[in-house]
Amino acid sequence: MSPREIAIVSYASLLAVPGEPQRDEVELLLPVVTEAVARSGIPKRELGFTVSGSCDYLGGRPFSFVMALDAIGAWPPIAESHVEMDGAFALYEAWVRLQCGDVDSALVYAFGRSTQGDLGRVLAQQLDPYTLSPLWPDDTALAALQARALLDRGRVSERDFAAVAARTRGGDADELVQRPYTVAPLRAHDRGTVADGAAAVVLAAGDLARKVCKRPAWIRGIDHRIEQHQLGQRDLTRSVSTALAGERAGVGKGPVDVAELYAPYTHQELILREALGLGEGVEVNPSGGALAAHPLMVAGLSRFGEAAERIIDGSANRAVAHATSGPCLQQNLVAVLEAAP
Amino acid sequence: MSDASKPAKKDADGEVRRIKAPVKLDYTVTAGLALSRFLKGVTAGKLLGQRCGVCSKVYVPPRGGCPTCGVGMGEQVEVKDTGTLTTFCIVNVPFEGQTMKLPYVYGLIALDGADNALHHLILAPPEEVRMGMRLRAEWVPPESRPASMEAIRWFVPTGEPDAPWDSYKEHL
Repeated sequence: MSPREIAIVSYASLLAVPGEPQRDEVELLLPVVTEAVARSGIPKRELGFTVSGSCDYLGGRPFSFVMALDAIGAWPPIAESHVEMDGAFALYEAWVRLQCGDVDSALVYAFGRSTQGDLGRVLAQQLDPYTLSPLWPDDTALAALQARALLDRGRVSERDFAAVAARTRGGDADELVQRPYTVAPLRAHDRGTVADGAAAVVLAAGDLARKVCKRPAWIRGIDHRIEQHQLGQRDLTRSVSTALAGERAGVGKGPVDVAELYAPYTHQELILREALGLGEGVEVNPSGGALAAHPLMVAGLSRFGEAAERIIDGSANRAVAHATSGPCLQQNLVAVLEAAP
Repeated sequence: MSDASKPAKKDADGEVRRIKAPVKLDYTVTAGLALSRFLKGVTAGKLLGQRCGVCSKVYVPPRGGCPTCGVGMGEQVEVKDTGTLTTFCIVNVPFEGQTMKLPYVYGLIALDGADNALHHLILAPPEEVRMGMRLRAEWVPPESRPASMEAIRWFVPTGEPDAPWDSYKEHL
């Protein structure tokens, strides 16, 4: 049985770079959810399912997703779910939920205030709790190990890292590569700018999507794959989970106009491009990606939203959206979005 | 920081079955626009809420959005520091950092002019405390008021007749 036709029909986001000094999570989220719902043309009360992605470690308090419901107005009671992951994975849950066929639309949102704590230390808590986490390696240290392994493979250089930074966040690659290391072989421009933010997407099925949106971004394929948690048990220079997810989502079945890849580090974009088989002709991360603004829990959903926007506004016919989670690209979610259902 | 540099303790048979891996994370949290206004208010002895433009309910403290309507809160409203005890518990269990002598009362108070209830200490003999009891805030002196609910020391009975059930049944 082929999956039900589901499309992204609207998207809104708010990125606070380098951080939001005043508003709390609800105050960041509310205008974003309101805008995405308004753009969808579907009355909020008629949305069949609501699901969010966030992480309590970012704000250092439990059940923050419950407080965030103030931004939705869960009365009369709504069907609601949550993933302790990036909102892109919440979108995947919504896609699965819509496959059941009894509801036709879903609101997906994400929020993350990554600047409230020391992100490097927070992310150390996602590692193996016995052998790795007690050593408190931060995300840049682990990414640097991955980058070093990639350089040792011999096909890319530090200038290639700088070229990714120059393309997505400005600057001159030849100049950037002269700058000092933060953690060798990575420099400041190789790590995404930690930010706060919120994003929301509305999904609709079949005829409803066609009714509310002139050019819905149809999800033609979507797949999520996970690799070993222990970094020593996988080849960090390749993303086999991305390659498999991309294959299952059907990335190679046609030309790709634009790809929004969730690469928190420059070298990870190179790994992802290779895993997805994206050639030189593919426009990658025109939004600036997670390098320009990296609000955790939001950056993945933003990739889906940004890719969908390109379909909706008519500037692309086929797009790839990607989200990652875990240390050094451990988990990967890939979707193919198309103008034609 | 963890004690990763220290060798793990071995059990009597020489095996390692446990490790200590303490976690400490520091955060700088923003109260948010709405709650910040409220917290500034309490240092000045005022209880500030906000009214939802859709359902007209007044929330004290105000929130980033109306929890039933999912819209931003509207006009700022100052409510009274008197209210009605809607429900309560008598605390008999000692715990670390306790400042009150056992037994004491902790309750939910619907402030006059507010459509929600907030919780605080109730200074009254436990056997006399009852639902519907009228209360007023006892403020900490202005010079030592913190930007927190501790700006109010506790609520004390006003001695007025009890409020009728219908006036607070929504706030349990």
